[in-house]
Amino acid sequence: MDYGLDLEYSFNEFLKGFGISSDIAHIIWLPLPMLLVLVAAVVGVLVTVWLERKISAAAQQRIGPEYAGALGVLQPIADGLKLLVKEDIIPAKADGILFTAGPILVLVPVILSWLIVPFGQNLLISNVGIGIFLWISLSSIQPIGLLMSGYASNNKYSLLGGLRAAAQSISYEIPLALSVLAIVLMTNSLSTIDIVNQQSGAGILSWNIWRQPVGFIVFWICALAECERLPFDLPEAEEELVAGYQTEYAGMKFALFYLGSYINLILSALLVSILYLGGWGFPIPVELIAKFLNLPIDAPFIQVFTASIGIVMTVLKAYLLVFIAILLRWTTPRVRIDQLLDLGWKFLLPISLANLLITAGLKLAFPQFFGG
Amino acid sequence: MSIAITTQIICFTVLSLIILIGALGVVLLESIVYSAFLLGGVFMSVAGLYLLLNASFVAAAQVLVYVGAVNVLIIFAIMLVNKKEDLKPINDIKSRRIISTSICLTLLSLLIRVDLTNVWSLSSPQNSIGEESTIRIGEHLFSDYLLPFELASVLLLMAMIGAIVLARRDVMTKDISTGLPVDQELIEKSSEPLLTNKN
Repeated sequence: MDYGLDLEYSFNEFLKGFGISSDIAHIIWLPLPMLLVLVAAVVGVLVTVWLERKISAAAQQRIGPEYAGALGVLQPIADGLKLLVKEDIIPAKADGILFTAGPILVLVPVILSWLIVPFGQNLLISNVGIGIFLWISLSSIQPIGLLMSGYASNNKYSLLGGLRAAAQSISYEIPLALSVLAIVLMTNSLSTIDIVNQQSGAGILSWNIWRQPVGFIVFWICALAECERLPFDLPEAEEELVAGYQTEYAGMKFALFYLGSYINLILSALLVSILYLGGWGFPIPVELIAKFLNLPIDAPFIQVFTASIGIVMTVLKAYLLVFIAILLRWTTPRVRIDQLLDLGWKFLLPISLANLLITAGLKLAFPQFFGG
Repeated sequence: MSIAITTQIICFTVLSLIILIGALGVVLLESIVYSAFLLGGVFMSVAGLYLLLNASFVAAAQVLVYVGAVNVLIIFAIMLVNKKEDLKPINDIKSRRIISTSICLTLLSLLIRVDLTNVWSLSSPQNSIGEESTIRIGEHLFSDYLLPFELASVLLLMAMIGAIVLARRDVMTKDISTGLPVDQELIEKSSEPLLTNKN
C-alpha cells in the first residue's frame, strides 16, 4: 500500500539538483507543510464562518451577508479585519500576563493537533506513531487556557464561565477517548494513516461507521461538546448569559478564541471523517477504478489524480459534518448544565465503555471483520 | 556537529532551564494561582524531555495525565476555594527551617549518589526502539508489571471512594472539618429537582 506522492522526497531531490546538501534541503522543507496547514486551517475557518452566516440566515428565513463580495463571501474577511484593528483592551484590574496567555493556550494545542491530520498516504505533516493519542493529549491542555482566561479577567461571570467550560471539556474527554480506543483496538495502531488504510479495503462498505455505529455517535456528540457548539455551548450561551470566559476580551485576543473554536470544529469534523468515514478514501476504491480502466496504478498522472481525489474527499466529508454541526446549532435548543453533565457521565461514559468491551469481544470472535 | 544534534542540545538546554526556573517559581511565588499554572509549564517541559529521549508515547501520556488531569484538577480546586487568607506567623520557624533543610539536603545527596553510581549509557544502540515503545509498554504492563499496575488502580479506586464520601455529606452525621452535626435539610434541598411539577 506504500505508493502515492512523496512530496518531501521530490522536493529534496529537486534542491539537491542545485547542489544543496540534504540537511539544508530538509531545513528548507520543514516550514513549508506547517505554513500550508496553517493557511489551510485559516481558510477553512473563513469558509466555515461564511457557511455559518449563510446557513443560519437560511434557517431563519433571512438573506444573510450579501454586499461584501458575491453572496457575501468576503464577509468573514471583513469580520477578521475588524477584529484585527480593534483596540486591544486589558481591563485595569485584570491579571495582564495570564489574561494574554489564556487565549494563546487555547489556540496553540488546536493548531498543533493538525500535525496528524492526513489528506493522503503521504500528505500530512508528520506520521507520528502515537497519532490520534497526540490529539487526545493535546486537547486536554485546552481547559487550562479556559481556566486561566476566566481567572485573569477578574470577573465572577468569567470565572464561572471558565469553570463551566473546563468541567464540560474534562467530562466529555473520557467518552471521546474511549470511543477512539475502540477504533485503535480494531486497527492495532494509533497512527491516523493506519486507521484510514484499515478502512480502505472495500470502499464505502469497509468504513468504520458500519462497524462502530455507537462509537460514531458518541464521538460526534463529544466532539460537539468539546468544541462548545450548540446544543452544548453552555460556557458561552450568548442569548442567555454573560458570554462566559470571553466576557472581558476584545480585539485580537477575542479573535484568538473565535479562531480556536472554529479551527477546533473543523479539526473535529476532519477527525470524524478520518476515524469513521474512511478519511481520504473514495466510496469506490480508486484501485478498482484504475483496474477497470486498465490504467497502471503507479503512473504519475494517476498518482496526482488519486492524491487530489483524496484531498477533495477528506475536505468534502469534513465539510458535510461541519454543515450538520451548523444546522444543529441553528435548530436545536440548548441543554441545561445538569442535563449536560448527566448526559456525559451517566449515559455516554457507560455506553462507550460497553462499546469498547463489545468491540474487544467481536474482535476475538470475528478477527477478519474487526481487525485481527 | 550535525544539525539534528545541535537542535537537540538547544532544546535540552531550553527545556531544562524552564524546568528549573519553573519549579523554583512553583515553590517560591506568593500567589498560589501562579504556582499552579507554572506547575503545568513544568509538566509540559518534562514531556518535552521525554520527546527528546524518543519516548513519544510517554510524553503524550505525561501531557494527558499530569497537565490534562492533575494540573487541571489542582487549578479547579484553587479556583473553587479562592479564600483570601492572611498567613499566621509560625512560632518555631527557625527549628522547622533547619529540619526541612536537612531533609532536603539528605534527599539531594541521595539523588547525587544515584546519579554518580548508576551506569546511564546503554550498552548497545539496538536498544532504542522509538515508535515501537507503545507496544513494549503494553507488553510490560500486562506481564511483569501487572501487580504494580493493578495496585495503582486499587489506589485510584480508594481515592475515588474517599472523594465520594467527602462530597456526599449525608453518609456522615458530623461535619469532618468542624465536628458540627450535618445540616440534613441542606442536602435534601440540593437533591430536589430543579423544575418542580405543578399539579
